[in-house]
Amino acid sequence: MTATGLSALWSHWRRNPLQLFTLVAGLALATALWSGVQAVNAEARASYDAAAATLGEGQYDQLLPAVGSDIAQETFIALRRAGWLVGPVVEGQIGPAGTQVRLVGIDPLTAPGGLGPVGGGSMDLPQFLSEQPVFANAATAAKLEGLIDAPLVIEPTIAPDTAITDIFVAQRLLGAQGRLNRLILAPEQPVGRPALENIAPDLTRRAAQGGSDVGRLTDSFHLNLTAFGLLSFAVGIFIVHGAIGLAFEQRRAMVRTLRALGMPLRRLIVLMASELLVLALIGGVLGVSLGYIVAATLLPDVAATLKGLYGAQVSGALQLRPAWWLSGLAISVLGTAIAATGALISVARMPLLASAQPRAWATYRARVRQIQMAVSVALLATALILVLVGEGLVMGFGLLACLLIGAALALPLVLDGMLWLASVRARSVVAQWFWADTRQQLPGLSLALMALLLAMAANVGVSTMVSSFRLTFTGFLDQRLASEIYVSAQSVQQARALEAFAAPLTSEVLPLLSVEATLAGLPAELYGARIGATYRDNWGLLAAAPNVWDSVAAGDALLVNEQLARRAGLWVGDDLRIGPQTVLPIAGVFGDYGNPIGQAIVSEPLFSTLHPQVTALRFGLRTDDAEALRNALTDDFGLPAGNITDQAQIKAFSLAVFERTFTVTAALNVLTLSVAGFAIFMSLLTLAGMRLPQLAPAWALGMTRRRLGQLELMRAVVLAVLTTACALPLGLALAWVLLAVVNVEAFGWRLPMYVFPRDYAVLGLFALAAALLAAAWPARRLARTPPADLLKVFANER
Amino acid sequence: MLLHVKHLKKSYSGAEGSVPVLRGIDMEVAAGETLALTGESGSGKSTLLHLIGGLDTADSGLIELDGQDITAMDDTQRAAVRRTRIGIIFQQFNLIPSLDIAANIAFQARLAGTYDVGSTDDLAKALGLATHLRKYPEQLSGGQQQRVAIARALAARPQLILADEPTGNLDESTAADVMSQMLALVAQTGAALIMVTHSPRLAGQMGRHLHLRQGLLA
Ligand SMILES: Nc1ncnc2c1ncn2[C@@H]1O[C@H](COP(=O)(O)OP(=O)(O)OP(=O)(O)O)[C@@H](O)[C@H]1O
Ligand SMILES: [Mg+2]
Repeated sequence: MTATGLSALWSHWRRNPLQLFTLVAGLALATALWSGVQAVNAEARASYDAAAATLGEGQYDQLLPAVGSDIAQETFIALRRAGWLVGPVVEGQIGPAGTQVRLVGIDPLTAPGGLGPVGGGSMDLPQFLSEQPVFANAATAAKLEGLIDAPLVIEPTIAPDTAITDIFVAQRLLGAQGRLNRLILAPEQPVGRPALENIAPDLTRRAAQGGSDVGRLTDSFHLNLTAFGLLSFAVGIFIVHGAIGLAFEQRRAMVRTLRALGMPLRRLIVLMASELLVLALIGGVLGVSLGYIVAATLLPDVAATLKGLYGAQVSGALQLRPAWWLSGLAISVLGTAIAATGALISVARMPLLASAQPRAWATYRARVRQIQMAVSVALLATALILVLVGEGLVMGFGLLACLLIGAALALPLVLDGMLWLASVRARSVVAQWFWADTRQQLPGLSLALMALLLAMAANVGVSTMVSSFRLTFTGFLDQRLASEIYVSAQSVQQARALEAFAAPLTSEVLPLLSVEATLAGLPAELYGARIGATYRDNWGLLAAAPNVWDSVAAGDALLVNEQLARRAGLWVGDDLRIGPQTVLPIAGVFGDYGNPIGQAIVSEPLFSTLHPQVTALRFGLRTDDAEALRNALTDDFGLPAGNITDQAQIKAFSLAVFERTFTVTAALNVLTLSVAGFAIFMSLLTLAGMRLPQLAPAWALGMTRRRLGQLELMRAVVLAVLTTACALPLGLALAWVLLAVVNVEAFGWRLPMYVFPRDYAVLGLFALAAALLAAAWPARRLARTPPADLLKVFANER
Repeated sequence: MLLHVKHLKKSYSGAEGSVPVLRGIDMEVAAGETLALTGESGSGKSTLLHLIGGLDTADSGLIELDGQDITAMDDTQRAAVRRTRIGIIFQQFNLIPSLDIAANIAFQARLAGTYDVGSTDDLAKALGLATHLRKYPEQLSGGQQQRVAIARALAARPQLILADEPTGNLDESTAADVMSQMLALVAQTGAALIMVTHSPRLAGQMGRHLHLRQGLLA
């Protein structure tokens, strides 16, 4: 009996391969969308984590010589003997001026990150130790070719113009035998080890820095990608739901006959469920593969994005992780299960006798509509309440979910209302029929249209978010990386000498003065700034009092970052205590994207009176000729190259890379839209078969098949336009929630929202094109329906 | 006695409240007996067949098939009875469009586990379907489709065949052909037959004749 039942169920697909294709393709596309976004996200994150585990200067505390730039090998050995977990590093420039490469030597056995930057997997420890190769990316390796005698291994994850090798190799190549430049401290140090002063009094400890900023920004990017992943999942669910619903709809009559001939309902449901499971698995496997291909195509850009933007090293090669397979298949099966439950329940409830059916079905539809409306209103109301009173990141995501699902459920009702308005106004008889017929089509198309709504909204929302992110970040980089060169000194004496040396060569020397402080009861940093042209010209403020820079420069006011302002509930005009006797009004609030903690800025003189013991070790230098200044600092002043950061280069790279983020977003957008377009195509195609009875009378009464086909196409356009009109406000609301709610809850800063009408117009055209493409073939088929098929409709009527 | 129906009642709840359709049906059908069921449109003939076939449930009363009360059965048990003991020839439950004619004929027999290639072929031949076995239902005429449904019901070797106006859509002469073929085959298999018909001539060819009026048999 099972075999016979299966053969009957399967025969439907064999006779209608197109329907099978659309079902499997729908499942595959939904899975691909989800797993593609997940893959991009997960790979970027995994690579970022790997990068964070390397010896990256910012990640770990380090020991540096208080004077000069060298540490004797004996000091390292003494520290190890005393129980300090330190890893030695030697570094230096190699190669002719202009194409110099920074060569870093590490000890893979003691470096806290293990093999560190070569953790990408292409090299294992024994190989590293026995062959002692030099690792560099392709461009750097080309520069080193012929320059060194050690074997070169290309490792794309290594930063530009940097080469990494074993410490002995580096010492030999640099001619620095027995010398070290710094020691990296493992995060976990044994308790009870002797104090640093007792073993190595001439070393100073430098705290890990920068890492958290990078982490925070990366997190923000990932959070937004995750949101996109969830959205794509929602779109996928709608598509799967549509595909499965239609698959059941088409086999309604067959199910009834099977039962009448003695197939028990329970067995039938089990068979249909297993059939779906198999299809879900097939669709899932296809989808994960497709998602992998999409991700692999997109990933180099994502990798570059994270690498350049956040200094994280992201492996450019995509690895197919078992977790994706599992999650991809799980999503496919889970999505199918969610989507199929309703369909299976309706099969179970479907009366065996068709005579009892139409009315029951109509009341069922009406009830579903009522429930849908009630749920939609409830969800949207919840969203509103969450906006007003909610708190926390979970609330933010809850808000997103309520908003999107509520809006999607409301769509058919809103569309029905719009179509009703149109039908009331219609004059000609064809127009009246057109609108009425379109309304009748709505239930069958509503899932596909919901998918289109969500896809469009996701596109508007995410591209608004990314564009806003970019605009904000570009401005932020301009203000923060204003100095062409940053230098750090190793001692107070060196700092003084450096400042004196640099002053005549630069237009401005900006000391970076800071202390940790508790401001408004929160952990924060207090900065002293030399207010000059750089600050006045470059720093944009989120909110400011008149003459803000004058009053800050005069020591009459201060600036706070957005995080501190939001957390402490302060804004321009409020007072902030920064010292026992010092309370100053806030003259401005600045955006501080990526910084986890609060910050306040006062003028340099005021800072010096408050904290006379603090002197600046790091400086920003303004100059028109960064190259010359850099050379002067290394050659004439003798500053190690590692102490100089050329920010202009980083900035240019970051910006170039942000452009590529766009490519990724755009590609994901197109993908989401095509999936939604496919959903429409699928629904139209399946509806086309069931539509004959509705169209046959119109045909019999004198409308040509051609005209019917044209009207069919027009219907798709009308519905797409109406849906797009609904999607725009939803997308903007979505962007607003992402930028102003989720980001604030997650990271404490709010990304200003910018609106890009041109982009939306282009998106709208895309959606239209998708709908047209989707409708073209079903309409053509309709226009060519043989009259015999139309006649059959009447023949079967009783 | 193959079929025993006692005090069978069924009403439908409509907008105007509950409307009684069957108000206490009592009837008996012996094995191999053929019975015509007539009555005005809306008198409840189809409803009675649905109840006997276990496709719908009665409000009260008893339907015993071969000593087993099908009104007391759950859905799965009733499905088993339909599969193995009853053949239905209704216009509602037509052929499975995605299976070819051969598969459609064999379908119920396969479900019931009584499939036998030889007798299925004989049936197809007897009903003039032998040359259409590889075709699909949409490629057959109405009368041919009806014959496939008859073959399908007979192939499962049921004890009782329920036919609801099997020739209602056919012209007079085709209807007569199909009918005589069916009666001959039913007689061969020894199954009992209850057939709804509007045609007094067809009713006359059957062993017994019952008339349904105002929810009661006359
Ligand atoms: N599902 C249903 N819901 C409500 N009323 C029903 C339903 N099915 C049948 N009826 C009513 O029950 C009565 C009997 O219907 P039934 O189909 O048994 O008549 P019939 O004798 O087969 O008529 P016909 O000769 O026209 O086929 C009719 O009045 C019909 O309207
Ligand atoms: Mg009837």
